[in-house]
Amino acid sequence: MLARFMMTLILVAVSFNASARLEILITEGVNSARPIAVVPFKWLGKGKKPQNFSEIIAADLQRSGKFSPLSIEKMPKTPSSSKDVDYAAWTQLGIEAIVMGEVKPDETTSGKYVVTFELLDILTGNVNMPDFDPIMDKRRNTVTTTQLRQYAHRISDIVYEKLTGERGAFLTRIAYVAIDRSSSHPYQLRISDYDGEGEKLVLRSKQPIMSPSWSPDGRKLAYVSFEKRRSQIYVQDLYTQKRELMTSFPKINGSPSWSPDGTKLALVLSKDGQPEIYTFDIKTKALKRLTNNRVIDTEPNWTPDGNSIIFSSERGGRAQIYQVSLTTGETKRLTWQGDINLGGTVTPDGDNLVMVSRHNGNYMIAVQDLESGELRTLTKTQLDESPSIAPNGSMIIYSTVYKNKQGLALVSMDGRFKANIPANNGEVKSPAWSPFLQ
Amino acid sequence: MNRSMITKGLLIALPMLAISACSSTSDADAEAQRIADQAAANAAAAQQAAQDAVQTDTIQAIALTAEEKLVEMYTSAILETTINFEFDQSVISPKYALILDAHAKYLVNNTDKSITVEGHADELGTPEYNIALGERRGLAVSTYLENMGVAASQITVVSYGEEKPVNLGHNEMARSENRRAELVY
Repeated sequence: MLARFMMTLILVAVSFNASARLEILITEGVNSARPIAVVPFKWLGKGKKPQNFSEIIAADLQRSGKFSPLSIEKMPKTPSSSKDVDYAAWTQLGIEAIVMGEVKPDETTSGKYVVTFELLDILTGNVNMPDFDPIMDKRRNTVTTTQLRQYAHRISDIVYEKLTGERGAFLTRIAYVAIDRSSSHPYQLRISDYDGEGEKLVLRSKQPIMSPSWSPDGRKLAYVSFEKRRSQIYVQDLYTQKRELMTSFPKINGSPSWSPDGTKLALVLSKDGQPEIYTFDIKTKALKRLTNNRVIDTEPNWTPDGNSIIFSSERGGRAQIYQVSLTTGETKRLTWQGDINLGGTVTPDGDNLVMVSRHNGNYMIAVQDLESGELRTLTKTQLDESPSIAPNGSMIIYSTVYKNKQGLALVSMDGRFKANIPANNGEVKSPAWSPFLQ
Repeated sequence: MNRSMITKGLLIALPMLAISACSSTSDADAEAQRIADQAAANAAAAQQAAQDAVQTDTIQAIALTAEEKLVEMYTSAILETTINFEFDQSVISPKYALILDAHAKYLVNNTDKSITVEGHADELGTPEYNIALGERRGLAVSTYLENMGVAASQITVVSYGEEKPVNLGHNEMARSENRRAELVY
């Protein structure tokens, strides 16, 4: 019991070399995460090593909630190749798998590095039977300086997939809105790696920007801009910077959400009275109205099969989440617990609904099993909003108020791991997790 | 409340209330001619005055400021442009009737003027829901003004949801200030 209590108090600060700083907060005591070891990669060059691979990989794996990387001080040895591994010593520590590798400067081209890594199954290695190879994966790649960090996430993806059977989502990005009130253009749309690193500005404006939504191919963003002092929906190509106006009706043009096949946007328009849900064909500009009542309907999101749209509605009194079928037009209510529920998204496997659930005045990220109706709250802070799910369903990024500023945070789908991503400058909100990018 | 900004807005909107229209011309020749005419007139007047037994002069009238003129016509409520709301509500409290009545009267008297009603929400609830809530507040104000005789064509409603707080704090005091509709000329 004491150990459980202690676990809840442990605050592990992992700092990276760049400006962003992630604080990983282990919030639950019962730890069923699988013990693994990520050994510091051996640097075979001169001077400072170019990137701390093991730190990035260990942080990635821990944040998924599925793994518990061993701290470096507790490692019996720090091998860099399968030839030097003492399987018995790692078995004794209960370690399931070990990741190790080497980084050396490319002899022919400067600014390039040869990175090798191996993933070993410790139990197989310890049994030492000739027919069973403990090497689960082994790769060698030449990467440029700018690709080093990406390649570390790539290794995390490979390890995650080998050990869980699910695709990793560490080599993905997030889009979010930042508000830097000291800037001439305070409202900014930025994109970074999923962990807040490598931030890049893609749009800045004197007027608010809202609700970024990724196209399924990861190439474009739809969003709301008030640059004309009214709401309008734009689509921006992230590679060419080309912007295209989608809708500019009187009153609200809001909450765009890209269909899984990339041909339509679900959005909110109030041109005919109340905010209603529509689908909008990007090519033909054809609108189809899906809701019709005298209260607020908003926040449309497609189910992964593309056959229905879930949305928030006040038709039953306070806001709850509903689902409308695009084939039959039939609407059903999905949520029954909590004072109000908002901002619903269905997980990529179609089994769960992630949303903002208000309980006793606190807005928390919650997940509901769509079959059983069971609701679990994942966060405990007061104002957690805008949940966006990783493309493999393992983690959720959301906005929260942290140290009296609005910032982003990650929580694993089981709620066990949380990590704050404080803003470098100003406040950040409305995160949108990209699809798989390769 | 930032009175100076509001006043500035109204001043821009109300040029007809400026003390007097100053006729000026950019044509340099016309200006030179006007000065020459004025000088001649002054000289003639001086000559006339020297011959008269009595002489008179003028003083400047005590003029009201533009704000004072507005207040005289529409009460001091015309200088207020913010309507606050209760949590999750879009009902206009009776205490704002004087303010809205003053603006309604002004807009009815000046049908060439138009107004934007900006609806705003606090940070509680999702940004997308708050856009809808902000619009509901803006529409409540718009409906009130229309009921007081203002033409619908004079009013535009824009909801900024929680995106433009006046108080950047994350506490109830900040939130109560941020739940508002603003009248912008």
